Amino acid sequence: MDAALLLLADSRFPTGAHAHSAGVEASHGRGDLRTIADLEAFLDGRLCTVAPTDAAFTAASCAHPSRRADLDAELAARTPSPRLRALSRSLGRQLLRPAARAWPSTAYDTLRAVHPDGPMQAVALGAVAAAAGLGPERAALVSAHHLVGAITTAAVRLIGLDPFDVQAMAAARAPRLEQLAADAALAAERYGDGDPLPSTTSLLADVLAEHHATWEVRLFAS
Amino acid sequence: MPPEHQPGQPHHAGDGHTHGHHDGLPDDTVWAYGAPGTRPLRIGIGGPVGSGKTALVAALCRLLAQEVSTVVVTNDIFTTEDAEALRRMAVLPDDRIVPVETGACPHTAIRDDISANLDALEVLEARHAPVELTLLESGGDNLTAIFSRALVDRQIFVIDVAGGDKVPRKGGPGVTTADLLVINKTDLAPLVRADLGVMDRDARARRGDLPLLFTSLVEPEGAAAVAAWVREQLHAWQHTRA
Repeated sequence: MDAALLLLADSRFPTGAHAHSAGVEASHGRGDLRTIADLEAFLDGRLCTVAPTDAAFTAASCAHPSRRADLDAELAARTPSPRLRALSRSLGRQLLRPAARAWPSTAYDTLRAVHPDGPMQAVALGAVAAAAGLGPERAALVSAHHLVGAITTAAVRLIGLDPFDVQAMAAARAPRLEQLAADAALAAERYGDGDPLPSTTSLLADVLAEHHATWEVRLFAS
Repeated sequence: MPPEHQPGQPHHAGDGHTHGHHDGLPDDTVWAYGAPGTRPLRIGIGGPVGSGKTALVAALCRLLAQEVSTVVVTNDIFTTEDAEALRRMAVLPDDRIVPVETGACPHTAIRDDISANLDALEVLEARHAPVELTLLESGGDNLTAIFSRALVDRQIFVIDVAGGDKVPRKGGPGVTTADLLVINKTDLAPLVRADLGVMDRDARARRGDLPLLFTSLVEPEGAAAVAAWVREQLHAWQHTRA
């Protein structure tokens, strides 16, 4: 199971995510993200806004296969930006490509049917994690790990920040990511009892994503 | 804010939404791994920045689009530049040209992680079905770039005379193994003191029997020989059943 976890967490697993900066390029272009301290603030902001929601939806999709259509609609409702919804579905589709080959499962058929443009990324990730034999908490950890990876890698590529500083920043957040994953697994469990999942989001991230989509020159899809 | 989808509107790859079937999104097991002849021929066009990839795509569209149903995906590192250039040249209707962002790694998007490009190809091919020829233009990159065989069926590598006559000797997988090597801007050879004979000799030494064409795409019929090669590939593709 650990080997499957490492494979799914590896940025070399081809899911199309390398073309996304998780908002780093938009903030950099606005002048808000230039230094390692800026990156730290940006990352911590994401870890208390979009990360808990994404992680909880990933865990819930892993734990409750029969609720994936509901989860998809609920996550879309928590994503005000049409651009981010479309990109999330595109990343969901792209994740299913290698996953369906790596961990075959009949679950993908119903998952593809939740929306004509494909499932939201977190819902897809939870289903893939389940197919790979991972539980909800580990699925949530992969979700948070991918977010941190997208942010830190984009900052290194775009701004040329010291890659050792950036990885140290990621490593220092390990306890926080583990807590986030545990919280997400708990939220997923309570979802099964009828409680709603978190709806912590970042309005500025949604607004900037729409703005970013209009740029004439950009390197990243988001 | 507009609703997420409006009944009756045609499908599009963004936030659009059709009812019922997966008509905008083909089953990837059919398309991505489809047998020769059962889906469009996909040709990748790679090569260094400024070698003439966009000019070649534009010229091929001009020469072929009247007879062959064609779509184009571009991967310019700055996202929309190449797609916009092609649209301005009006070589194809705008909706047949789609740009894909590559997150500062053009080679990753054509080789290691091809998901975004496959996704774009399939949506575009489904939207304009039946498509016969899909051209995928890589972002300008270095000599080590190569297309995954899961993404394209043939690849053209474009280098240019102005980059120096040593480039073929330097080799790399594009120069060495591409199905067609195009050496462009022959008109500039005297100005940069490049020896076309040296390039021809070195390229043949690297490539063995694989084909090689010299072009000057600024000439009106500059891409005619490349278009003829594409027609041959298309004919072979459409008459092959695995």
